[in-house]
Amino acid sequence: MSQRPITEDDLHAYVDQALEPERRAEVASYLDDHPDVAGRVAAFTTQREQLRGALASIADEPLPAELNLSRIIENRARRPVRGWGAIAAVLLLGIGAVGGWSMRSLLQEGSNGLSSLAQEAAYSYNVYAPDRVRPVEIRASDSAELTRWVSNRLQQPIKVPDLSVSGYRLMGGRLVATSHGPAAMFMYDDDRGDRLVVLTRPMSSGGRDTPMLPHVAGDVAGFAWADRGMGYTLVGQLSGEILKPIANEIRKQAGPI
Amino acid sequence: MKDMLVQVEPLIPALRRYARALMRDRAAADDLVQDCLERAVSRWHQRRDGSVRAWLFTILHNLAVTQFRQAIARGRHMPIDEAGEQELVSAAGQEQRLIYQDVLGKLARLPEEQRAVLLLVAVEDLSYADAAAVLNVPIGTVMSRLSRARERLQQEMDGVAPGNVVALRSVK
Repeated sequence: MSQRPITEDDLHAYVDQALEPERRAEVASYLDDHPDVAGRVAAFTTQREQLRGALASIADEPLPAELNLSRIIENRARRPVRGWGAIAAVLLLGIGAVGGWSMRSLLQEGSNGLSSLAQEAAYSYNVYAPDRVRPVEIRASDSAELTRWVSNRLQQPIKVPDLSVSGYRLMGGRLVATSHGPAAMFMYDDDRGDRLVVLTRPMSSGGRDTPMLPHVAGDVAGFAWADRGMGYTLVGQLSGEILKPIANEIRKQAGPI
Repeated sequence: MKDMLVQVEPLIPALRRYARALMRDRAAADDLVQDCLERAVSRWHQRRDGSVRAWLFTILHNLAVTQFRQAIARGRHMPIDEAGEQELVSAAGQEQRLIYQDVLGKLARLPEEQRAVLLLVAVEDLSYADAAAVLNVPIGTVMSRLSRARERLQQEMDGVAPGNVVALRSVK
């Protein structure tokens, strides 16, 4: 028998029945010779059985209607489409012109570089928003330092939008790389843990202001616009109906004081 | 979405069990599972290869952790010693029920990270690698947390105050 030494990990894997049969036999024979260790392993096994027994019945309970997956899928399929459809309908009717909103898709020509900005924001969202460990580099608690850093790098005074009116708290931000140079990314979340990303950078095309344009890329939707040479975009995994007033709020706050 | 239904639906009871064991409150736990399922539906096409089970538990676990943090940030008290075991335990004989309530009460006194590891591994049958993915830590950390969780739970069960027992020699 070419016995590898038995490790603490082996003992736990023995309890969890996660060992290959050969190794399991080696551990079993070790336990035969070491009753003190065997006692411990037996106690851990009892713990495991008691925990499983105590919680087993939960998995047998009938599922409440809210946890009916078919229904969740159905609701989901209906909801966002309706949200965007409603916006499109409003805009098509021309009512949307009131708020400076335009139906022009970002994928069409003449979007003043906003399509790249929207794309960059979607990339940043997909990379950083699912990150549970370090979604932002500088946390909201150091927002003064964050502001200083991004203003310095973008060579523009940057204001961090305050979205608390909309129920979103600043988590923090970071500088992100884009094909047009550095951009400032700010991330927010609400009580449900839904995250929003605001991306801003100078526009290479110059200083022309644009209407606010909706964009969608996969699951991520948002709005992009440019004011006084700066591009802004708000993105999230939410419907346009929810994002639109937030985007309006950001545009208002970024305006001249 | 059909493949999603087939792969996810059978796992919902286990997700409920994990959520309830963590939250110790049926309504809060089911809300969390509902949130988890909604996210799973919206992100189904974004998931990477690998175990759907681990992916779902990751979403659920992160939601639970977010809730814990928010509760702490708001200074809300998370029930630790309060009843909750009765709600968890059902369908067992009187004596068995007491044993179960006792072990769950002791489980509740473990630090959150140890409790999570023990539940994922010992109750939900996740592999050590999957548990590491769910908790976003290396496997070595899973093993040491598991070991600490079991030792500590055992001390509680033996009625010994933690710290009074000489750590059992590692048998390397």
